[in-house]
Amino acid sequence: MSAHSSSSSSEITFHPEHSGGTKRIWKIFWVLSALTIIELALGYFLYATHGSLAYTVVISTKVVIGILTLLKAYYIVSVFMHLGDEVRNLIMTIVVPLVLFVWFIIAFLADGNSWKNLRNTNAGSKPYIEKAAPAPAAIEKGDKK
Amino acid sequence: MSTTTMPAGTKWWSGGRSPFNASYGKVMMWYFLMSDAFTFGAFLISYGTIRFSVNNWADPNHVFNAFPFAGHANLPLAFVSLMTFILIFSSVTMVLAVHEGHKMNRKGVEKYMILTILGGIAFLSCQAWEWTHLITGDHAVLVNGQIEHWGTSMAKNPWGPEAVFNGQTVSTPGPIAFGGYFFGITGFHGFHVLSGVVINIIMYIKTKLGHFDERGHYEMIEKAGLYWHFVDLVWVFVFLCFYLV
Repeated sequence: MSAHSSSSSSEITFHPEHSGGTKRIWKIFWVLSALTIIELALGYFLYATHGSLAYTVVISTKVVIGILTLLKAYYIVSVFMHLGDEVRNLIMTIVVPLVLFVWFIIAFLADGNSWKNLRNTNAGSKPYIEKAAPAPAAIEKGDKK
Repeated sequence: MSTTTMPAGTKWWSGGRSPFNASYGKVMMWYFLMSDAFTFGAFLISYGTIRFSVNNWADPNHVFNAFPFAGHANLPLAFVSLMTFILIFSSVTMVLAVHEGHKMNRKGVEKYMILTILGGIAFLSCQAWEWTHLITGDHAVLVNGQIEHWGTSMAKNPWGPEAVFNGQTVSTPGPIAFGGYFFGITGFHGFHVLSGVVINIIMYIKTKLGHFDERGHYEMIEKAGLYWHFVDLVWVFVFLCFYLV
């Protein structure tokens, strides 16, 4: 907004400098592309090794993909949406409420997981059996998911 | 980062100025996007809860493995990567349009708005193909001891665990929530893309008519840009939750 001084708004105290050229925008484009390609590589790794990996390896890979996604979100919001160039007051009023998601995700996914355990054990009345397939008993079960 | 130094000792909260150093419209756009983030967050978390609570959720690499004109080739992640890159690229052209707006360069804004609109239309076309492919799909599913042919819909999920029937490997019905969540969330996102394209077309026309030159600033392009980037942001998470993990 630096190239013009005729802004209609008296609410704005100063204009952040945006005239730094397009180099940064393209740099972020390549960063986002690289992150996406890494995510896809990890996703393909999960696909190619399907069923042969330990549960913890699968979960850790998924967590890594999740962290890369959060990194992409950070770059989009901070650079493309210019939130990083705004004053601290505005940044905080947007970002702080979103912290609720931390509780939101943990509580609800834990709830879903607890439901699964209840389903598989008839509310604790029988031992948990991994991957109980609901296929009819007369039919041979395939071992693929 | 901003290179203009903030006036030292500015009293942001003593009145007479926006404590956010932004116009009313821009602050309200941010609040709208924050509330929209909670809407999408609630959808995705609800989806995650149900997915965690059942034993046999559909394997995304199995469901989304098709590509236009590739017949029955098994190409997991390929088409959705294309959609992701289309949206990232249209986000870049949008931020370039905002940049040209800062420089009061009308021709530049027009050029990048056209590219952004084309990117949005390309994404919507991809989604239309993907939905059609899923809904009109034909999968042998073992239902009550008989083979039926199912597509994916709100009522039917042919992506359950596999079983062997008469020497042939077929699916069994999967959790019914899959179609509802997939079509519900990607549909809600697709509708955001559609409205974003409409907003961008309006912005393009207003640019072409010289409305922003008369006004002396291109802030409307910035606000439309915020919305468009948000659509890209949501897709990043939809991509994660439905296709990658």
